[in-house]
Amino acid sequence: MSETALDAAFFIRWMTAAAASIDREADRLTELDSPIGDADHGSNMQRGFAAVRKLLETAAPQTPGAVLTAAGRQLISTVGGASGPLYGTLLRRAGKVLGDAERVTPAELNAALAAGVDAVAQLGGAAPGDKTMLDALVPAVGAGAAFDAAAAAAAEGALATVPLQARKGRASYLGERSIGHQDPGATSSALLFAALPEAAK
Amino acid sequence: MNMLINTAGTVVADALRGMAAAHPELVVDAENRVIVRRDAPVAGKVGLVSGGGSGHEPLHGGFVGPGMLDAACPGEVFTSPVPDQMVRAAAAVDSGSGVLFVVKNYTGDVLNFAMAADLAEEEGLRVASVLVDDDVAVTDSLFTAGRRGTGATLFVEKIAGAAAEEGAPLERVEAVARQVVTGTRSFGVALAPVTTPAKGTPTFELPAGELELGIGIHGEPGRERRPMMTSHEIADVAVDAILADLRPDAPVLALVNGMGATPLLELYGFNAEVQRALAGRGVAVVRTLVGNYVTSLDMAGCSVTLCQIDEELLRLWDAPVQTPGLRWGR
Repeated sequence: MSETALDAAFFIRWMTAAAASIDREADRLTELDSPIGDADHGSNMQRGFAAVRKLLETAAPQTPGAVLTAAGRQLISTVGGASGPLYGTLLRRAGKVLGDAERVTPAELNAALAAGVDAVAQLGGAAPGDKTMLDALVPAVGAGAAFDAAAAAAAEGALATVPLQARKGRASYLGERSIGHQDPGATSSALLFAALPEAAK
Repeated sequence: MNMLINTAGTVVADALRGMAAAHPELVVDAENRVIVRRDAPVAGKVGLVSGGGSGHEPLHGGFVGPGMLDAACPGEVFTSPVPDQMVRAAAAVDSGSGVLFVVKNYTGDVLNFAMAADLAEEEGLRVASVLVDDDVAVTDSLFTAGRRGTGATLFVEKIAGAAAEEGAPLERVEAVARQVVTGTRSFGVALAPVTTPAKGTPTFELPAGELELGIGIHGEPGRERRPMMTSHEIADVAVDAILADLRPDAPVLALVNGMGATPLLELYGFNAEVQRALAGRGVAVVRTLVGNYVTSLDMAGCSVTLCQIDEELLRLWDAPVQTPGLRWGR
């Protein structure tokens, strides 16, 4: 896998697969967002990734970095809430790190996403354990360049938010009552990483 | 749940088209989701821009007009608007005197307005922001997102709006807004849960015969759940919660606010109890507003907001305002 170079077409496939998966899982994301949020995570992410898919169909950016930067900008412009700036920053920062290379290795993608995750942590002021998307993102980039391992780590991280007490975002208002629920943001982050091995097939 | 809508996905766009038809004094851009007073930009005037998720009407779009906001950016239901809307609004109202963003303290609003301020400044605008965080039900600590912005938003938009209308410079308008934020606290109660169009069923369970104390305006659960109480008892709890956080040493403006589904008849009865509770605790109320101003879709319940003022803030509060949601003087 680490020998394979990833081109812009791969990144478009990744974003398209993520959009399809978010679309399929939208109701579940909204359901997860009901007890500890405000019941809109699914519909917001669905709207944003549908807009990303539409943009990539027409604009067809030529480099991996350009795909991620355009997708991130589109999420910021269409999602709203906290998820828009946070997911938008994740992809934009990763896109910037990839620069204008026409092909990148999985290891380079991993490093770029790690920089994106750092930017998310800085923007949101959150840390792992706060019951946020970082609880899926940090293990995912920590798992290395293999897509299957990253996807598994993200899914595991999302599940591991269940016993946590939220310290950031709207769920934090609940205090101890946020315990026992899976974080919707960590869940959508896991979907994003689950789309990576799908795009590599 | 029966709703007076076409589809959940078009609720905000449909409402904006209806606002445009009802209020020719506003420019309602339903596509880009920006509501601007028709005479903007007003020469020499600081532009006041706010916004937030939809579902809190008349906040914010209903407070656009002379003496209050210059523009508002409605997001999806209970979802912060996006930076593009805020930058567009800022550009539309900037007369060269600068723009003040009024931001309710929710993670999404804070992040999107911060991005918008950066983008607007890159375009050469002068932007200041004030964060509204008045809800005493949330402990302001490292372990939460901080106190929520609720009823104080109305006072900030009205009072800072009056200062801007008089031609005060950006620094002064910002200082007035901050003074209002510092001296204002709220507490809310839910008697029945809220149903968002996207979900179609209540976002939390609240059995008949119980109420939720310390509720937020998005149906976020509050401090605790108790068996249903009388209006008298609820007023005591709300007033005590506010006074435990901020003991006014000056007269206050009072907002007795409905969450959307509580009749005015009940709100006025509740106001009588709030006034009794305040008088009994030595707090002097100089102006009172009763009605549905900072709502939460179809949630039943109410909130109390107290805003400590001085003579200058009272003068600005009394100054004329001409908006769909708040209108007096001339």
